[in-house]
Amino acid sequence: MTGRISPLLIAFTVLVYLFLLGPLVIVIGASISDTTFLTFPPQGLSLRWFEKIFEMSAFRRTMVTSLQIAFASTTIALLIGIPAAYALNRYRITLPAWLSTLFVLPVLVPEIVLGFSILRSIQVGAGVPVLGALLIGHTLIVLPYCVRVISASLASFDFSVEEAAISLGSPPIKTFFTIVLPNVQSGVIAAFILAFITSINDVSVALFLTGPGISTLPIQILAHVEQFFDPVIASVSVLLMFLTVAVMVIVERTLGLTFLAK
Amino acid sequence: MAHRLTGWTLSGPATLLVSLCLIGPVAATIAATFQSGQGPWALYQAFFESGFRMRVLLRTLEVALVTTAVSVIVGFFTAYVVSRAPARWRSLLIILAVFPLLTGVVVRSFAWLIVLGRNGIANSFFVWLGLEGAPYPMLYTQGSVIIAMIYLFVPLMVLTLVGVLENIPDDLIEAAASLGATQAAIFRQIIFPLAVPGLIVGAVLVFTGSFTSYATPQLLGGDQQMMMGTLLHQRAMVAFDWDGAATVSAIMVVVTLAVVGAMTHIARRLNPMAT
Repeated sequence: MTGRISPLLIAFTVLVYLFLLGPLVIVIGASISDTTFLTFPPQGLSLRWFEKIFEMSAFRRTMVTSLQIAFASTTIALLIGIPAAYALNRYRITLPAWLSTLFVLPVLVPEIVLGFSILRSIQVGAGVPVLGALLIGHTLIVLPYCVRVISASLASFDFSVEEAAISLGSPPIKTFFTIVLPNVQSGVIAAFILAFITSINDVSVALFLTGPGISTLPIQILAHVEQFFDPVIASVSVLLMFLTVAVMVIVERTLGLTFLAK
Repeated sequence: MAHRLTGWTLSGPATLLVSLCLIGPVAATIAATFQSGQGPWALYQAFFESGFRMRVLLRTLEVALVTTAVSVIVGFFTAYVVSRAPARWRSLLIILAVFPLLTGVVVRSFAWLIVLGRNGIANSFFVWLGLEGAPYPMLYTQGSVIIAMIYLFVPLMVLTLVGVLENIPDDLIEAAASLGATQAAIFRQIIFPLAVPGLIVGAVLVFTGSFTSYATPQLLGGDQQMMMGTLLHQRAMVAFDWDGAATVSAIMVVVTLAVVGAMTHIARRLNPMAT
């Protein structure tokens, strides 16, 4: 774009970015404080609160649960989301329009309502164990990302290439894996990452679907903050931020960051 | 015919999951609100006649509206600067907006506990300045919830709008400038109208997100500033009043769908590019 931006607007933008990043810098600062209470700037540097995370079994356990649920729900969502996205693009004319709306529903329905409803009908009503209900809930909230991101990649795929392969004698299933899937690889990676991050960070659904001994990391953090106000939460937060940075680096290397801005 | 079958088969598992595990349970929750045994509307009557619950609903609407208004304004001007920045700066600014967005709600709300707490940074600063009455009680106020919500949603607004603003063709702006339009006129008559559909999409995301939020009002508002999300959790998991929780759920679904529906309708009518 051309033209100059008024200095006033630039100053405003600088302030907005300070507002966006300041609190995160403060969390990092608080996590390396040597004190037993949360403070910033840190008084005396120490990594002992990071060690503390791994000494506390509640954090260790919930971290493992969160990672397991995120991996499992993302994988299931991709396994059922990729065929759905393919069908929506390939057989667009024969499938009703409401079908694509159906896959966006988990975004439209408030997550907290979904969590409560799964507790009522699936956990209590149908007797599904806590972990199973949690997996169903997370698969539902990450499914829209998988279907939509992969649909967007498939929209620019030329299906005549696939037809050419099939007409030359390649079996349809083999064609899908050797021709279609490699062409939407970047979409699949992006979907995986968005879904994984969404699951790891979820509070509203998991809130209702935790049982004795089973909880996710964000719920454990909430519970801990309500009782103690020590730097251990800042350290856990920093660990989660590292995870985010790692994910962003992977995205940057494989797809370029403009992908996330869409 | 064979195509039709393949299409349904491939989308079948996902369709089944959404129908059985989302539509079914949510519909059951809403249906339960009409079957309390004291007439179909008894639970809603109880909700709207309870001063406390009405206050929660109105507070939630107020917080969501203020958050949306501020996020739209702040996000729009920021996105405008980002979209017009030189390419290298632009990608850096986008990365810096994506980062908080990918960091979880709990972490970002918790950050404001450190800032706004009684011995937090803001108060330490006020005491250092020697302000009268400092430290101030800032946590567990409506203001603290709104600030944290704005913090939560500004990146979303910026990223939504950067995409929209970048799609405005340079030629359009150059043409206007060459015909003598001032920067202000270009902004008012070209950039803003073309950004309206994006503003509406962003506003819907922010409104529904803040209206249904849980972690932020829980951490920064506590029981004093209960909102619909925290009320739903409190009814279901603390009071074990599932009928009450279902009523809150139904109201949340109705408000969310009404806002999404109305805004989509408006966006369609306003969009100059619509067919």
